[in-house]
This record gives sequence, structure tokens and C-alpha cells, in this order.
Amino acid sequence: MIEVRIHKVLRSKGGDFSLDLDLAIPEGKLITLYGPSGSGKTSLLRSLAGLLTPDSGRIARRAQVWFDSQKRADLSPQKRNVGFVFQENALFPNMTVLGNLKFAQSKGSSRELVEELIADMDLQDLRERYPDSLSGGQKQRVSLARALAQKPDILLLDEPLAALDAGMRIKLQEYILSSHRKFELTTVMVSHDLAEIVKLSDFTVVMEKGRIRNTGTPREIFMERRLSGKFQFTGTLLELDREGVIAVASVLIGNHIIRVAAHPSEMQGLRPGDQVVVASKAFNPMIYKVDESL
Amino acid sequence: MNWDPLILTFELALTTTLVLLVVGIPLAYWLSKTRTRIKPVLEALVSMPLVLPPTVLGFYFLLAFSPNNAFGAWIDTWLGIPLVFSFAGLVLASVIYSLPFMVQPIQAGLSSLPPSLSEAAATMGKSATTQLFRVLLPNIRKSLLTGIVLSFAHTVGEFGVVLMIGGNIPGKTRVASIAIYDEVEALNYAAANTYSLILFVLTFILLLSVYLVNGGYITRFWK
Repeated sequence: MIEVRIHKVLRSKGGDFSLDLDLAIPEGKLITLYGPSGSGKTSLLRSLAGLLTPDSGRIARRAQVWFDSQKRADLSPQKRNVGFVFQENALFPNMTVLGNLKFAQSKGSSRELVEELIADMDLQDLRERYPDSLSGGQKQRVSLARALAQKPDILLLDEPLAALDAGMRIKLQEYILSSHRKFELTTVMVSHDLAEIVKLSDFTVVMEKGRIRNTGTPREIFMERRLSGKFQFTGTLLELDREGVIAVASVLIGNHIIRVAAHPSEMQGLRPGDQVVVASKAFNPMIYKVDESL
Repeated sequence: MNWDPLILTFELALTTTLVLLVVGIPLAYWLSKTRTRIKPVLEALVSMPLVLPPTVLGFYFLLAFSPNNAFGAWIDTWLGIPLVFSFAGLVLASVIYSLPFMVQPIQAGLSSLPPSLSEAAATMGKSATTQLFRVLLPNIRKSLLTGIVLSFAHTVGEFGVVLMIGGNIPGKTRVASIAIYDEVEALNYAAANTYSLILFVLTFILLLSVYLVNGGYITRFWK
């Protein structure tokens, strides 16, 4: 169990906001942090890693105190044995893939682990390549392998998949899940993707404006309460057309433009640019597996 | 042809550059990381030699290190070597005179690197020194090269500081720039021209090599 009870005033462009967290992180689990940008998820990860010093509070893992403002204790990041995967991957540009992995190891560690990770993450062909020549997905795979090469007790992932396309995300999710199980880690991951959270995590922490709004299994948090026979999406109204007796609205939902037909009276008062909700009863939806080769 | 002034010039530039590497890298690293409130004051001090007339610097050195005052006398006995009209004094003055040329490129290079690089190394248990030498410096090789070459070239080109604190002692403090002045004063234009031409060509080659390397024209020699 990692106890976290911290207070920190964070200064950002939008003004100051305070982080007030009281949380017990179960060990050996895959925990996801969910919440809007600026809710303090990254700050929580950084406080755990020792990269951000809280103003006050206490962080302790088992019997080891990592931070205690009353006792003026603040264990350096070097001594916490935490693996951190940064959103922007933070690979060392002056080292090859193999060099990055070897550098992460502590002195006298075995080469075998590095070879094992290279095999696990399918990095054989990239061993001697420099980070500049890798694609986004390859970089994050190396970054994950590098964080594991140091044999961390805890693995922290700051939106590692945010910049990747759907196919690559799914692949990397598998890598994260399998290494979490294989190395029996406590993994804490920031994610914005509900599907990813439900698929990967045992435990979810929902944060908002620097506070914890909810904790529980992803099912408890996202599925049961929201379970309904209705699809519902929010989007932006792009265009309204009259086609004979019906009106057609083009709505941008995520990256998709959906055309919705309706009676002109339903469209009254709507203007292009408005935020709208498109809902449908799900009595006969089509469901099929996503072809990952696409 | 007396080669002494030229040899002395390059001895001085080389020694100064080496000392500056040892002094400048930690200083630039510290300046790039520190959040102290007096940082602007320190940065201004480091940059002063860029704008201050070298004679001002030389004048204060001369006053400070003169064995006639308490501080100068104390330095004299403590170090065991005099700092005025000596090679050691020239090196010290040159180090201060060329400090911004070493510190500024390295500090700018270090500040341009994403903080996550050293943070990643810190979570891997690497000390600040390991971070600096294994991660940070190898990724700012261009800034390092710029710092080294500019410090060297700037020291080759100094005149005022040397004249004030070093004087014009042949083989000891008489560097090329002063020898040129001397030869011109003696209407010995041929000798002045030889020294001048050598300095002209050498500094051109030095600076050209920096622009070639940093412009990526010969990256295969520098990767």
C-alpha cells in the first residue's frame, strides 16, 4: 500500500490551483488516473516519483517514508526505485535503443533482463538505432522497456499512448498489461481513454480540479452508473441543410462527421458551431471486432 | 622571425580554454538549474566582459593583484607566484575575460534540453554528475564546441587585458597581439604583417570549422 496525503499549490497560466489528495494506492495492481486536463494527474505521478515536492503532507510505501513535511523527509527520486514513462518519451538522443536500456540499469545488473525486454517488446531490429530515427510507437515501446530495465517496484506512466493511433495503442496496451503481470509491478497510469481504462486497470482514481472525486474498479465507476440502452455522443454542429421535408445536420463527433436527419422543427434554434448531443436507442446496434490491420 | 609571441599566445589560449572548461561547465550547469533570486545578478556579472572595455578589467586586476596592497600580497604568498606581469596572471585574467564565451553557449544548450531527460535519469538512480556527463553534455555537443572555440579564439584576440596586467615581457607575457602593436610602433611592418596574417588565417580556420561542424556539413565526423 502506498499512502499519499499531499497538499501543493501549483502555479499555471490559468492561475493558481491547489492539489489536495488523500489516497491509498493498492500494490500489485494496475491503477489508472482519469480526469480532465489540469486536474493534477501528472502532478500526482511526479510527486510519487519525487520529481515534484509537495508543500505539505506525507507519502509512504510500506514502512518506507518517501516524503513527510513534518519530519522534513524527502527521499530523492534516485532512491525511490520508480520507473517513469514520460508522455514525450524522454529517450536519451545520444544513446542507441540498446544504450538507453543499458543506461537505465543499476551497476552490476544482468544483461539478460535487457535482452529479455528487447525480445518482449519486439525491439530486435531497433537495437542499434538512435531515438531520432524511430516512430512514435517505437519510441514509447523503447521508453517502456527502458523503465522496466531498471527493475522498478512501481511503474508510473504519464499518458504514454496519447500521441499514438488506434492500432498502435492497442498493441502498446498489450505490452503494458503483459509486463505489469510478468514483473508483478504496481503500475499507475494516466489515461484519457475510457476503453483503455476498462480494459487495463484494476482500480481507477477519478480526479477533478486537484481533488479525488471517485475511486473504485473501472466497472463500478464507468459501467454500472452509465449503463443504459442509449448511445449518446456530444459533438459540434457543423452545418444545417434543408432537403425537402427533412433537415440534415452534420455533426463532428471526435474525428467523425455524422449526418443526422430530423424534422425541421427539431432543428430550430440550432446554429453551426453549437455543442449538441446526438442520442439513439440502442435496440439493434451493429457490433463487430475492429480489424487491427486497418 | 621570432615565434615566441605566437607560441605564447596559443599556450595562453589553450590553458585558458582548459581552465574555462573545468570552471565553465559546472557554472553553466548550476546557472541552468538554479532558482536563486540573485541569478540575474550572477548572469550579468558573467556577461560583463562582453561589454566592458578590456582595459577596465585589466586595470582592476592590476590594482587587486598588486603586491603593494594587502589582498595582492596575501595572494602572492599564498599562491607562491606573482599574478601581475606573469603567465599565471594572464591565465587568470583571460579566464575571467573569456568566461561568457564558454558559459553562455553551454548554459543556453543545457536550458534547451527538455527537463524530462535529467528527470528520467534521476528516476533511474543516476546522480547529478552522471546526468551531466552521460546525458546532458553529450546532447549539447554543438554548444560545447561553440564554447570551446569561441573561448579559444577570444583569448587569442585579447589585447587590453594583457597589456594592463601582463605588460610586454618577451617570452613571458608578450603575446602576438602585443607584439604586433610593438612592431608597428617600431615601424617594423613586415614582422607586424607576419604575425597579423598568421592570426588572421588561424582564427578564420577556427571559426570556419565551428560553422562547418555545427551547420551539419561534416556531421559524420561529429556523431
